[in-house]
Amino acid sequence: MASEAPAPLLRIVSLTKRFGGFTAVDNISIDIRPGERFGLIGPNGSGKTTLINCISGAFRTEPGTVLFRDEDITTLQPHVRTRRGIARSFQIPRPFRSMTVAENLMVALDFAAHEHVSVAERHDTMMSILTQMGLASKANASTIQLSQVELRKMELARAMATQPKLLISDEAMAGLSSSEIDEVLDLLMSLAGRDITIIMIEHIMQAVMRFSDRVMCLDAGKIIALGTPLEVMADRRVQEAYLGT
Amino acid sequence: MKRSGAAFWIGAAVFLGAAFVMTKVVGNQYPFFAGYVILQFVALAVAWSILGGYAGYVNFGTSAFFGVGVYSSVFLVKAFGAPLPLQILIAAAIGAFMGFALGLLTLRMQGIFFSIATIALTIIIETTIMNWRYVGGAAGIQIARPEVTPPFDNYVQMLFFVQALLVVVAVAASRYIQNSWIGRGLQALRDDELAAECTGVPTLRLKLLACVISGALLCAVGAPSAMYLQFANPESAFNLNYSVSTLAMSLIGGTAHWSGPIIGAIVLSTTQQLLTVTISSEVNVLVLGVMLVLFVVGAPEGIIGLIRRLRSYRKEGGS
Repeated sequence: MASEAPAPLLRIVSLTKRFGGFTAVDNISIDIRPGERFGLIGPNGSGKTTLINCISGAFRTEPGTVLFRDEDITTLQPHVRTRRGIARSFQIPRPFRSMTVAENLMVALDFAAHEHVSVAERHDTMMSILTQMGLASKANASTIQLSQVELRKMELARAMATQPKLLISDEAMAGLSSSEIDEVLDLLMSLAGRDITIIMIEHIMQAVMRFSDRVMCLDAGKIIALGTPLEVMADRRVQEAYLGT
Repeated sequence: MKRSGAAFWIGAAVFLGAAFVMTKVVGNQYPFFAGYVILQFVALAVAWSILGGYAGYVNFGTSAFFGVGVYSSVFLVKAFGAPLPLQILIAAAIGAFMGFALGLLTLRMQGIFFSIATIALTIIIETTIMNWRYVGGAAGIQIARPEVTPPFDNYVQMLFFVQALLVVVAVAASRYIQNSWIGRGLQALRDDELAAECTGVPTLRLKLLACVISGALLCAVGAPSAMYLQFANPESAFNLNYSVSTLAMSLIGGTAHWSGPIIGAIVLSTTQQLLTVTISSEVNVLVLGVMLVLFVVGAPEGIIGLIRRLRSYRKEGGS
C-alpha cells in the first residue's frame, strides 16, 4: 500500500513536559508512520503515560510541537484532537459509569463522528463495533457489571467508535490473565489490519514483541532505544533500565 | 420517542388548563399564595438540575440568580414601569449572561471548588445590591402592583398562572436537554470529565451551555417574586434558603430524570407549606434538613432512583 517513504501520521518535535521541577518527558522527537504498530515501553515513571497525555491533549506541552497529518495540534483541546482522529484508552479504565455499554459508545458516535449520520446508522455502527469486540451480548449491560477484561474491551470499543486514525492503547492488558491478554492482543491486531495506526503502551513483553513493528523505550523521560522489537530487547541500556545495573 | 413527546405536551397543556380553570373557580386566595410558592420551587429545582443534576456541578448560587431576578424586576418597574412579561424576559437575559460569566470564571474548577465559588457569587451580589440606594439598599423597597391584566381578575392568581407557565418552560427545556445529545454529553462529563473530552465531548462548552440555560431559568423564576411580595429586600431575595431548598428538592427527587426535581419539589415544598401553616416556619427548615440526611444515606439516587430500583427488583422477582 505504502509507496516509498510515506509522510508521518504523527510527528512529535522536541516535546518536553515538566511538573514543577520534575521533567517527565524530556525533549522527545519521534515520527509515527501511517499504519504502523508502535510499541512504547519503559519502566514505571519513565514518562509513557505523560507522553500520550501530551499527544491526546490532556496535558499542555511547554516547548514542543505535535503534528498530526501535517497539522499542528499542539494547542488543540482533547475533544478536537479526538475529532481529528486520535483516540485513546486509559491505563485504569474510565467508563461512563451511569451508562450502559451501548450508551458509552453512543457518546463517541454523537460527538466524535466525522459526518452526520442518522440515529439508525449510528446504532448499526455501534453494534458492529461491539460485535467486532466480542461485546455484543453486553450492549445493554451497565458498565459496573463488566469484568476487567470486558471493561478494557469496552474502552477500546469506545475509542474505536470515535473512528480514529490513531489509536493509543495505554496498558490495555495490565492485570489480565494470559488467555485474556491473547484475546485483547488479537483484537488490537485486527484493528491494525483495518488501516488504524496503533501506539501500544505495555509492560507485558511477549505482547509487545508479538505486536510491534517498532518499539521505543523511555527511561526518565528520554528515548533510550528505538528500533525493531529484537533490537530494542537486545539493547544494554534497556536491560539496565528494566533490571537495574 | 414521538409518542412520549405528544404525551408530554398534552400533559403540559392539561396542567396549564387546570391552573387557569383554578383561577376562575377557586374563590379563596390562599391556594394561590401557597401554590405560587410550590410552583416557584418546582421551576427552581428543575432549572437547577440542568447544571447541578445532569452535569453534576453543584451550584449553591441559586439564591444569587433568584435575587438578581427579583432585583432586575424591581429596577425595571421603578425605572420604566416595565410590564411583567418584559420583566421576566429581561431577567432571563440577565440570568443567561450571569450564567455565562460565572461559567467562564469557575467551570474550569471541579467539584467543591465550583460550589464554593457560587456561594461567593451570592455574597458579592447581595452586598452590591445592599449598597445600591436606587433599589432600596439594605432597607428594601415597596413595590405597587399595577392593574391586573384580563382574563385574570386578581393579581396573585395571574402570578400563579405565570409561574405555572414558567414551570412548563423549565420542564420542557430540561426534558429536551436530557433527551438530546446535550444531555448525553453532560452525563458523560459528569461521570468522567477527561474520558468525555477524549471521546470528543466539548466539555467546557457544554458546561457553559448548561450554566447559561440554568441561570436564565433561575433568574426568570425570581422575576415575578417582586410583584408577588410587593416588597423586596436583599436579605430575603438572596436568602441562602433558596439555594439549600432547591438543591435538596432536586437531590431528594433524583436528578437522573427530568421528572425527579418536579417530584422532589412538590413533595418537599408541599410539606413545608403544610408545616408552616400548622406548626411554624422554623420547623420546615428542620424537616428539610432531616429529609436531606435521610435521602443522602438511604436513597442517594432520590425518589426516582428508589422507583427504578423497586421496578427492576420486581422484574427480577417476577421472571
